[in-house]
Amino acid sequence: MTRIEFWQGNTACAEGALAAGCRFFGGYPITPSTEVAEHMAVKLPKKNGVFIQMEDEIAGIASVIGASWTGARAMTATSGPGFSLMMENIGYAAMTETPCVIVNVQRGGPSTGQPTMGAQGDMMQCRFGSHGDYSVIALCPASVQEMYELTAKAFNLADRYRVPVFLMADEIVGHMREKIIIPDSMVNVQRRELVKGVLPFSPDKDLIPGFPQFGKGYGVHVTGLTHDERGYPCATNPKLHETLVRRLVDKIESARREIADYDILNPCAEQVFIAYGAPVRSVQQLIQDHPDQNIGFLRLRTVWPFPEYALGEFKNVRRFLIPELNLGQIAREIERHVKVPVISLPKLGGDLHTPAELSAALEAHQ
Amino acid sequence: MSFEDWYRQDRLPHIYCAGCGNGTIINCTLAAIDQMAWKKEETVFVSGIGCSSRAPGYIVTDSLHTTHGRAIAFATGVKMANPNLNVVVFTGDGDLAAIGGNHFIHGCRRNIDLTVVCMNNQIYGMTGGQGSPTTPTGCLSSTTPYGCVEAPFDLCELAIAAGANFVSRWTSYHVKELEKAVLAGLQTPGFSFIEALVQCPTAFGRRNKFKQVADQVDYLRTHTMLKVKRDRLIEQGEQIPRDMFVVGELARRNRPALGVKL
Repeated sequence: MTRIEFWQGNTACAEGALAAGCRFFGGYPITPSTEVAEHMAVKLPKKNGVFIQMEDEIAGIASVIGASWTGARAMTATSGPGFSLMMENIGYAAMTETPCVIVNVQRGGPSTGQPTMGAQGDMMQCRFGSHGDYSVIALCPASVQEMYELTAKAFNLADRYRVPVFLMADEIVGHMREKIIIPDSMVNVQRRELVKGVLPFSPDKDLIPGFPQFGKGYGVHVTGLTHDERGYPCATNPKLHETLVRRLVDKIESARREIADYDILNPCAEQVFIAYGAPVRSVQQLIQDHPDQNIGFLRLRTVWPFPEYALGEFKNVRRFLIPELNLGQIAREIERHVKVPVISLPKLGGDLHTPAELSAALEAHQ
Repeated sequence: MSFEDWYRQDRLPHIYCAGCGNGTIINCTLAAIDQMAWKKEETVFVSGIGCSSRAPGYIVTDSLHTTHGRAIAFATGVKMANPNLNVVVFTGDGDLAAIGGNHFIHGCRRNIDLTVVCMNNQIYGMTGGQGSPTTPTGCLSSTTPYGCVEAPFDLCELAIAAGANFVSRWTSYHVKELEKAVLAGLQTPGFSFIEALVQCPTAFGRRNKFKQVADQVDYLRTHTMLKVKRDRLIEQGEQIPRDMFVVGELARRNRPALGVKL
């Protein structure tokens, strides 16, 4: 029996995590993500899970990584300033291949910026924010339903690829209330265990090593230093470092088609919108208001790794239009993959693009 | 069983300098753990960054060598998610008291069931001898070339004030006492903090007139005062020399703790 609820996006995020079997939440309150933590604080203890409010976001993500090594599905939720604080440990999670889910309910930045207003200014930070080369997965929900579904999906991707997975929500979706249909059950991907006798950081064919859970007798040493397949520090061997970093990137980038999640509407259109997160709704409204105009739409749920091959589905495209709540972060990513003009439609301040604004943009670029 | 069984033989030789005090502290800790009869698969070592934090890499159990200053925060996640694991943190003065100071006081406040062993060499050894929050006033380091003008932290007083259940301080000279202190810390539910002053001939001793390793160890021996003696002297209205480190069991109490094995 499916269940119908009327929920806030942040509540749906927390419920999606619980449905996915999340049993550890470590975090620090920050607007506009706080409801995720509050909901977890109510629900986790009743499900034999652990909620802990840490002393800052650095400790929040640190506790999540620690919990993950005990085998728990673990998450944190934050927004801009807290996200910035988490960056070093996010790199640690990438280097140590620790599965974890990080929810960023984006608000206006830089700095303290606009705590109660929506934005998408952290899209590049989630991809490149920690030092060094690495790859991550980032999902963008555009509805309360997707806050639930994509949070659950984030756990599966994290366990499958042993990587930090970001739910890059925004204040608009996080605080919006709408109908949500709760599925009966979820498909939960199991973390692949390390086969006893195999070196702990020796990858399988898919470039991902099996997981040596703490407390199971693996005796694994986990370090953020460049390490060999035994997990031992080996920080001055150039070849070994390159092999490790390339694998961390390749295990994600080579799986981009498997990870990709997007919808294509009107693939024959000449004018094509690309959107993720809250601006998706403005584009959907525009298309609904103008059924005769043959407007193309690539609606992304996976932003990183960027599914650039999906751009090729629009055979007649003459220009891409990219409404974003930032100054064109993903437009720049799209620009490097296509030869047609990419029109960035940035909007700052916290308001969503109106369908009229998008319509005007369409006309201006005819 | 011997504490030597806890070492990874395939990691040797280790990175510590000749004369370093860290090995003594790691030996004492493992000797205490050996007496606890903990199973290796149920024991996890967590550390941050610095010389002391390299210790878990030489131990056969599961271990997490994390980011600078954050060991207690990572360890909190491990212990809360699985209280059946015995979690021990190795840290140093820079890692614990400078960049990780906030996690240290909150670990004490939560009184989470960890045992934290701090190797206090009063300097940043791994980066080549910069001043730390425990560098004594007047001492030389590469970033205090005219003598440290700041006052050092008393890490034990900090831990006691913040709420830790067990607090003890010894030095690399006091091997037997230190082992017993770690054992008491391991046995005490809640946050146990053991500070071990150690010699660092390469980064500290060389700059501060300790020509031989033994000179600095002897300094630690002669500049420590038992807590009971300190208390008695204060009672008699006598002055305690400022360069004296108070050693012994400084706090043992039974405040409610977090993450204790059921």
